[in-house]
Amino acid sequence: MIGEALTYVFLVIGTAFNTLGIIGLLRFPDVYTRMHATTKMTTFGTTFTALSVVVYAVAMFLGGNSVMFPSLALHTIIAALVLAFTNAIGSHALARGVHKSGCMPEPSVVDRLEGVLP
Amino acid sequence: MNIMWMPFVLVLVILVLLALVRLFLGPTAGDRAVSVDTVNTLVVAILILLGVYFKEVIYIDVAIVFALLSFVGTLFVAKYLGGEL
Amino acid sequence: MLPFLLTAIFAFSIWLVLTAGTGDIGLWSAPELAAGVALSLVTAGITRTFLCRSRNFRMANPARWLLMCLYILGPFFLEVTRANLDVAYRVITGRIRPGIIRVSSDLKTDLGIFMLANSITLTPGTITVDIDEATHDLYVHKINLVPGEEKRETFQDSDLFSLANLPAWIRRIAE
Repeated sequence: MIGEALTYVFLVIGTAFNTLGIIGLLRFPDVYTRMHATTKMTTFGTTFTALSVVVYAVAMFLGGNSVMFPSLALHTIIAALVLAFTNAIGSHALARGVHKSGCMPEPSVVDRLEGVLP
Repeated sequence: MNIMWMPFVLVLVILVLLALVRLFLGPTAGDRAVSVDTVNTLVVAILILLGVYFKEVIYIDVAIVFALLSFVGTLFVAKYLGGEL
Repeated sequence: MLPFLLTAIFAFSIWLVLTAGTGDIGLWSAPELAAGVALSLVTAGITRTFLCRSRNFRMANPARWLLMCLYILGPFFLEVTRANLDVAYRVITGRIRPGIIRVSSDLKTDLGIFMLANSITLTPGTITVDIDEATHDLYVHKINLVPGEEKRETFQDSDLFSLANLPAWIRRIAE
C-alpha cells in the first residue's frame, strides 16, 4: 500500500521535473540557459522516474512476487547512475564546444572566458 | 499492486515531441544538439517505464546501452562544434 | 600491470551486478561467470590506459567508494534538489541574469577536478564551460548572478554551494 503511494509520488515528481525542463528548453533565450534547464531538470526527473521503478520492484519483491524484481531494481539503479554521469559530462562538452564555435551567451552580464581561449 | 505506467509514458512521449519543436526551430546548431541530448535522456526514462510495464529486464539493459552510446554521439557533436575534429 | 588488473576487476564487478540472479553458484551461473572473466580481460586489455591515466590508485580503496555513496546520497542529493527547485522557479518566472565567471579551486588531482566539475554542472544553477588545465581554474556559466557579483575577478569553489561544503567532501574522497 505504502509502496504504491510512494511509487506514484516519485512518478509524479519525475514527470513534473521533466515537463519543467522541456518548458525551459522552449522558453529560455540562449543556448547556455537552455542547457541549464535540460541538463539539471531532465537528469533529476529521470532519476526520480528510475527511483519509482526501484520502489515498485522492492515492494513487489517484499510482497513475495516473482524473482525478476531484484534484478530489475539493480539494473534500474545502474541505468540512473550511468545517466547522471553521462549527462553531466556530455553537457559540459557541449557547452565547451558551443563556446568554442563562437556562440556567446546572449543576455549576459559578464563573460570571463571571452578572449581567454585561442 | 497495479500501477498505471502508461499515462506517464504518454506524457514523456509528448515531451519528446515538444523537444523536437526546439530541434526544428533552434536558431543555432548548439540548440539542436542540446535538444537531441534531451531527447536521449527522455528516451532512457521511457525505456525504463516500458521495461517495468512489460516486465522485461532486457528493456533496461537497452536503456543502459542507449545512454552510453548517445553519450558518445553527444561528445562527437560537441567536438565537431568546437572545431577539434 | 596494476592498471590492467584494476580495470579488469572494475569491469568484472559491473558484470557481476548486471548478471546477478541467473544461476546457483552464489547468484550466478557458470557460463555467465566464464563469459564475464573473458570479456573483462578483453576490456581491460583495450582500455588499460584510460582508467588510471594519471597513475593514481587512491580509488582502489573500498572505503573511498563507501564515502562516495554517502556523498551522493547525502549532501549532493540535497544540493541537487535545491538547485532543481531554483531552476524550476527561474523557468516559471523567467527571471535570469546569466554570466560566465571564473572559479578557482584548491583541488589538485584529475579525479578531484572531474568530480568538482560534474558536481558544479548538476548542482547550483551553474554549468562548467571550460577548464584551464594548467591552473585547474573552472569557467562556470551561472544562471542568476546576484547584482554586484560580476565585478569579482575569481570565486572560491565553496562560495558556489550554500547548503553543504561539497569541495571539502570531494577533497576527502579524491585526495
